[in-house]
Amino acid sequence: MTSTLLRRLSPPLLASSMVLGLNLAASAEELRIGFVAPTTGIFAQVGKDMVDGFAMYLDEKMNKFGSADVKFIVEDEQAKPDTAVTKAKKLILQDKVHILVGGLLASSGYALAPVSTAEKVLYILPVSAADDLTQRDLPKYPYIIRTGWSSSQPSHPFGQWACEQGYKKIVAIGADYAFGYEVIGGFQRAFEACGGKIIQKIWPPIGTKDFGPYIPTIKADADAIFSLMVGPMSLQFPKQLAASGNKKPVLGGGTSYDEFVLPSMGDEVIGHVSALQYSAALETPKNEAFVKAYRAKFGKVPSYYSETNYTTADMIDQVIQKYNGKFPGAEEFIRQLVAMKFDTLRGPVSFDDMRNPVQNIYIKKVEKQKMFGYPNAELWNTVIKTYPNVSQFGQFKKAEFLATPVYSRDYPPCKYCQ
Amino acid sequence: MSTPSAKVLIVVAALAAVAVIVPNTNSFMILLTTRALAFSILVMSVDILLGYTGLASLGQAAYLAVGAYVTAVLTTKYQFGLGWDFWLVLLFGILLGAGLASVFGLLAIRATGVYFLMITLALGQCVWGLAYRWNSLTGGDNGINLRQRPKFGINLADEVTFFYLVLGVFAVSLLIMFTLVRSPFGRSLVGIREREQRMKILGYNTWLHKYLAFIIAGAFGGLAGVLWAHTAGIVSPVNVELPTSVDALLMAVLGGSGTLVGGVIGTFIVFFLREWLSTVVPWWQYVLGGVYVLTILYLPTGLMGVPQRLRHASFRAIANGRRN
Repeated sequence: MTSTLLRRLSPPLLASSMVLGLNLAASAEELRIGFVAPTTGIFAQVGKDMVDGFAMYLDEKMNKFGSADVKFIVEDEQAKPDTAVTKAKKLILQDKVHILVGGLLASSGYALAPVSTAEKVLYILPVSAADDLTQRDLPKYPYIIRTGWSSSQPSHPFGQWACEQGYKKIVAIGADYAFGYEVIGGFQRAFEACGGKIIQKIWPPIGTKDFGPYIPTIKADADAIFSLMVGPMSLQFPKQLAASGNKKPVLGGGTSYDEFVLPSMGDEVIGHVSALQYSAALETPKNEAFVKAYRAKFGKVPSYYSETNYTTADMIDQVIQKYNGKFPGAEEFIRQLVAMKFDTLRGPVSFDDMRNPVQNIYIKKVEKQKMFGYPNAELWNTVIKTYPNVSQFGQFKKAEFLATPVYSRDYPPCKYCQ
Repeated sequence: MSTPSAKVLIVVAALAAVAVIVPNTNSFMILLTTRALAFSILVMSVDILLGYTGLASLGQAAYLAVGAYVTAVLTTKYQFGLGWDFWLVLLFGILLGAGLASVFGLLAIRATGVYFLMITLALGQCVWGLAYRWNSLTGGDNGINLRQRPKFGINLADEVTFFYLVLGVFAVSLLIMFTLVRSPFGRSLVGIREREQRMKILGYNTWLHKYLAFIIAGAFGGLAGVLWAHTAGIVSPVNVELPTSVDALLMAVLGGSGTLVGGVIGTFIVFFLREWLSTVVPWWQYVLGGVYVLTILYLPTGLMGVPQRLRHASFRAIANGRRN
């Protein structure tokens, strides 16, 4: 009975399986990448840089990673963590994306990481830099990997550098939220470890436009000022500091002088020094080509937001190629990614065992000069020193580092503040 | 002419339709509807103040936040509220919302009009400041992640189950508020809205009426917060920000204030424009802006005013026809 049934059914079964097989061969694998970035609201411009960076790589590869056709779906997270979550769920549940990429603010990263755990979806963070995601909280998030940076990563070598310049006392002034605490905290730890003293910490609220109440309180006996500004604050602070007649050297977190704001800044920022894993003024052939192509296409110099997303697309491409265009699953993808070494726009990148990049940190000085054959002298972040292969723990031991609490408003304590 | 009972029937039918249709759509739609339902409880609470008492509050997000934060803190720090005790958390949310409103009300109710708007705005920002700066409790700017939803016989981690729970709580809230605004207490609120002086002369303690309305609105805000915390699984200062309060106010106005149901319709329209349309087209903000502008220009009574306007228009047409 069964055998006759089978025999009767087998020709159509065979035929249909052949058709199916042919179909599979004809249509290549589809790789669906869901991208969350703020494309409306006050962070819309940053979001645009993020999307542009990723899309530029896709354009160069004609939307193909290996043999896979890439379907790139952008969703607007509106810089709100709960919107980021609903949009991520839309991407995962409705669009069935293989990879979730993006999130701008630390709060978006913290909101999306649990979604990746709950839905068992790979989540790649090219921008969101909250330290603990790849430090103390990592065990909770088995499906995340960072391709950008952790907030305090550039600060550790930068603090060391500040010591080497002979600065003894520094005043820190930074935006009053987690990212500010982490960038300044990292700088303080490194600077005090080599004998420096942070003698004052000032926390203006995020979005401050008038620094009038803060600038006069900066202690006169400081050798230098360390600032961490975000968004419009980056433009206002140096301007008002210069207007107050400041003669002290100014150092800053990477976002204070990133190419995202640099072209809008005035000459008062010339000579300011900052640290980040990327500068558009990196004089490598690869970066020069990228800057020229990006500028020709979008009319502006790429910021680190563009670079890190371009690089992330590149990394995904290289991993997918190892699997002949087929997505290998989140765990296998991460295993492969962390085992690889990449030659990227920002220099060589590998990964530590906590899924954060190990990469060069560049100490950059704002200078007005002609670069890459452009006719006008413009502001560029000239690299003055390179710290190669810096991990998120920098010069500190991982175990000791993780035993201390995450940087906050009160940690490290300000021992030398009176 | 639709009688009140016909209107109730329409609402019940609409709720039943939502209960049947939504679970059969995709899971993103279910999540969106759940969020809109939870938020519309807050919008209805705004309507109690705005539509029935004539008090425009710009600080209603504070109560949403209190409910949401208490849920998040209890769940993550004390593992409380993940079983049957979820109902206790719901109760805490309501009590805390009411408690906060009873304190804020003492300060706010003395003012009316623009001054009431400003005081509620200031008080709301105080709560925002706390959420933003009290790092050890609220996680500051990063907010708090709720890793799981409660489980008690039914598993709320399932989107459909959670949807039904929120729909149920929503329906009960709607029923309570509907009963409230039709009660003598609700009628006297409308009286205060229309002319407070006259109500005073008639011997009503208008201050107490407004104070109680304020507390009731706060209680429903807290309730909405508990549900809201579990919808996206994250509570952050964004939930307390001024735009959240403004949203609630705009949604109530869009749908038609003083109707309860109007606020719900407004919420659904804004949610679907903002969260669904934004996944379809990049220019969704123009649509949202256009809807607001057109409503204010042509529908000062909100969308709920449309049937009445149509009726008036047709009466006029008939009257004109007879004259000719």
